[in-house]
Amino acid sequence: MLRMKARSLELSPPAWTILPRNLLALVVILAIAIMMHAWVRPAVGNYYNRVMMDVGINIVLAVSLTIVNGFTGQFSIGHAGFMTLGGYVAAATTYYGSQLLWSKAAFFGGTLSSNTAESVFSAGLLGGGDLLFVAGCVLGGCIAAGAGYVVGLPSLRLRGDYLAIVTLGFGEIIRVLLQASGPQVTRTADIAAKNPFELTTALGGALGFTRVPIYTTQFWTILFGGVTLLVAYRLKQSSMGRALLSIREDEVAAEAMGVKTTRMKVLAFVIAAFFAGMGGGLYAHQLGQINAGELGFMKSFDFVIMVVLGGMGSISGATLAAIVLTVLPELLRGVAEYRMIVYALLLIVMMLVRPQGLFGVREAWELIRPLTRRMFGSGAKA
Amino acid sequence: MALLEIRDLQTHYGAIEALHGISLTVERGQIVTLIGCNGAGKSTTLRAISGLIPVTSGSILFDGKPLVGVAPHEIVKLGVAHAPEGRGIFANLTVDENLDLGSYLRRDRDGIARDRERVFELFPRIRERLRQNAGTLSGGEQQMLAIGRALMARPRLLLLDEPSLGLAPQVVQTIFRIIREINAAGTTILLVEQNAHMALQTAHFAYVLEVGEIVMQDEAKKLAESDEVRKAYLGVA
Ligand SMILES: Nc1ncnc2c1ncn2[C@@H]1O[C@H](COP(=O)(O)OP(=O)(O)OP(=O)(O)O)[C@@H](O)[C@H]1O
Ligand SMILES: [Mg+2]
Repeated sequence: MLRMKARSLELSPPAWTILPRNLLALVVILAIAIMMHAWVRPAVGNYYNRVMMDVGINIVLAVSLTIVNGFTGQFSIGHAGFMTLGGYVAAATTYYGSQLLWSKAAFFGGTLSSNTAESVFSAGLLGGGDLLFVAGCVLGGCIAAGAGYVVGLPSLRLRGDYLAIVTLGFGEIIRVLLQASGPQVTRTADIAAKNPFELTTALGGALGFTRVPIYTTQFWTILFGGVTLLVAYRLKQSSMGRALLSIREDEVAAEAMGVKTTRMKVLAFVIAAFFAGMGGGLYAHQLGQINAGELGFMKSFDFVIMVVLGGMGSISGATLAAIVLTVLPELLRGVAEYRMIVYALLLIVMMLVRPQGLFGVREAWELIRPLTRRMFGSGAKA
Repeated sequence: MALLEIRDLQTHYGAIEALHGISLTVERGQIVTLIGCNGAGKSTTLRAISGLIPVTSGSILFDGKPLVGVAPHEIVKLGVAHAPEGRGIFANLTVDENLDLGSYLRRDRDGIARDRERVFELFPRIRERLRQNAGTLSGGEQQMLAIGRALMARPRLLLLDEPSLGLAPQVVQTIFRIIREINAAGTTILLVEQNAHMALQTAHFAYVLEVGEIVMQDEAKKLAESDEVRKAYLGVA
């Protein structure tokens, strides 16, 4: 009796500890991000630095998609649409913002945003430019979240294949709209003369949005990736996360438990779209440009594969899959065109051997614990 | 005032009318059973009470408050818990997590802990299986979990949809014994069953539903002795 009580208290720690607990996690993420950027980046060189940033961005995208496809069991195949939207918003914010503030779209950041700084501590960690960049990413996330709300609404009436088609359609609409946007304004004087609202449609059209100052570094990808992981994990642990999972398991039963299924499903879309938008911001500021034509259905499909392979609903699974599926194509450089074939084979093998994905709905450590218990035993009472 | 009063309840699935205006009453502290053949509309009645399907016309009063048009989560908050047909277990979640979802809308930590204890007392098997995925439980254990999970909402009215479905006779006996225990502890129960024999033995009052209409109603004991029921539902020639 006493033991049971203690355990159930441990399950749901008092509410007031939420902030301190997350603060600690945030500090740890921040410390890792700074250390990686300060010491690992200069040591590994440009190529590995780029691969590591790619991994971070893909973790943001795969883990956020896990919230929709994994937790609530809705099937979105338009995740790249949110990424694209957020990416353009962030890119336009830094580009036009820099032009207006500093009369040119160049790098105005500190050492944390520099991929070339020899020593991170030789100059200021942050400048005005990277603050603008972060603001752009957050704004991109918010606009993507708004789009997530709109796309999430049909999820109330549509299920399965039909919802998948809606999300696919959304991704395509975003792509077509952006490709039909007006040419990017590049002369500082023209930009200053224009009404800011006109600039929101001057997104480069079919050529994509270019000349974006580069701010994305390992520091930012680890920070954003870490925050995405933290939020997703806290969400999954919370009673709200459990409610999301229950929808995927049995929607009617979830409703009978008092779960507001409609609100929860839209909420999942909004949260996932927010992080996808931020991820898009990282992407645009890594390459210095963003082109909707390159972020179509195939890109969405990459993220879906990561979620499915990792296990629908497993954050650690999606993370691992994001790492492997980012590094693997690099190793298979010569046969890059066959990437899709390799993916398809991977999926087929997975469906045959382990249809629930690598970790299923569980996290890696949740699966390891019973395994060690079984191997070393801990008495009959487990 | 009765705990639950349904008047002239009509529901539709698309164009098909599933309930043609049924009326029934569940008195406080009783077990009331609703028996009938496949497709009679028993599950539909329970779904309408807990707000899972829209009601075309008629009224449902719970403790004097109208439930028609009220959202399912509000109905749970008012004190109606529903263990749905086919158990509705969250198969990939642990038994523990299933129970937690039963108390999803509650915030009273101590009360929840007490109710967990009560569920474990009723179903010792559940305590032993807490860490296991609910989908790996046996059919009988899943049914126990479904009932236990519904109890975690601390309902005043418990809706049970065919708790004996697909269970071995001994397990059915156990489940019905526990249903009586739950009732004895003060929870009013509306029990939907195909197993008319057990249901009539257990309930205080019974209604017979045939294709969307109540055709008979009486004290359970009396119904069990009536010729029509014996012939149609108890398989006595
Ligand atoms: N989702 C649905 N869509 C359309 N028709 C439905 C739906 N659910 C039930 N029905 C119909 O409504 C009628 C009543 O169904 P209901 O599930 O209430 O029967 P029941 O008495 O619970 O039967 P059983 O004992 O087989 O569970 C049936 O004719 C059924 O076909
Ligand atoms: Mg039924």
